[in-house]
Amino acid sequence: MIYLKLYFEFFKIGLFAIGGGLATLPFIRQLAGKYGWITQKQILDMIAISESTPGPIGINAATFVGNITAGVLGGILATVGVVTPSVIIILLVAHYFIKFSETQIVRSVFSGIRPAVTGLIAAVGFEVAKVTLFNVDVISKALSIFDIKILPMLNIKAVILFGVIIFLMNKYKKHPVTYLMGSAIIGIIFKF
Amino acid sequence: MLPIIQKEIVEKKKWSTNEEIIDCFAIGQCTPGVIAVNTATFIGYKKKGVTGGIVSTIGVVLPSLITITIITMFFKQFQHYKVVQYAFGGIRVGVIALISNTVFKMFKQVVVNWVCIAIFVAAFIFTAFTDFSPIIMIVASALVGILRRWDSIKVEGEGVE
Repeated sequence: MIYLKLYFEFFKIGLFAIGGGLATLPFIRQLAGKYGWITQKQILDMIAISESTPGPIGINAATFVGNITAGVLGGILATVGVVTPSVIIILLVAHYFIKFSETQIVRSVFSGIRPAVTGLIAAVGFEVAKVTLFNVDVISKALSIFDIKILPMLNIKAVILFGVIIFLMNKYKKHPVTYLMGSAIIGIIFKF
Repeated sequence: MLPIIQKEIVEKKKWSTNEEIIDCFAIGQCTPGVIAVNTATFIGYKKKGVTGGIVSTIGVVLPSLITITIITMFFKQFQHYKVVQYAFGGIRVGVIALISNTVFKMFKQVVVNWVCIAIFVAAFIFTAFTDFSPIIMIVASALVGILRRWDSIKVEGEGVE
């Protein structure tokens, strides 16, 4: 039953995605691989939509994946699923230990988790970059006949745009939507 | 998010103090789930118990649920148009740039010693090149964190007794 599965998979994400923001990303990518609910490219579309609308990425991601997979009801159930564990945990924490975040054990756990979450997100970035910035087919063909030419392996248009955005982001620090809008226009003009 | 909460909840409605909100953010960051949702649950609970917690959670989730549902419906309808495909082709590159930037910032903030580098590399390799569930990485890295600081945890435990 797809609805139950959506609820429980997103319940798990709500339970283990710690650290806010992009922390849900590695889990969504794993779902993409496990069930084929969404594609690698749709993950990127989802982030774009999340960044361009108000509201937390974790919630937006659940609604998006649920909707794509099983329509409006799927979206609602995935969203409820992702929220359920944190509501239970926060209610317990608020009731029992207010000084929770200052205990040594919590700090120790986080000293381990934070670099792991960074590594997980970096890995997802690497995976999606592979699909978008490189021509994967060309690479595997080139490697198989040991005739390695660098240029056809890169999706030149994408690599240039990537470099320009990184540069602008660090120079002007505007809201992400600005860069996404710019990328959309470039995409239409240069037929990405 | 934090500035909006401060303006609405502390200054206008006086439901909570600035210190409480900051505590709440600290708890929100070190419990699983979305920080904004955790903050809403926490403040709702403080004011009106479990019902308050649940109602304010629904309140913070509903706008994104509705917005994304509508956008996804449009997205499904229009994703076959060439123009939309080109636009999203460009946008995907933009998103990869955003992710790279975030990872770079997190790395600078979080990866401060050799143990952190080891955890970062392990998490990266397992996720990028194997089908390991991220859950395993999260649990394992939490254990490493605890083991590494076992002495100070024990001291604190004895202090309480």
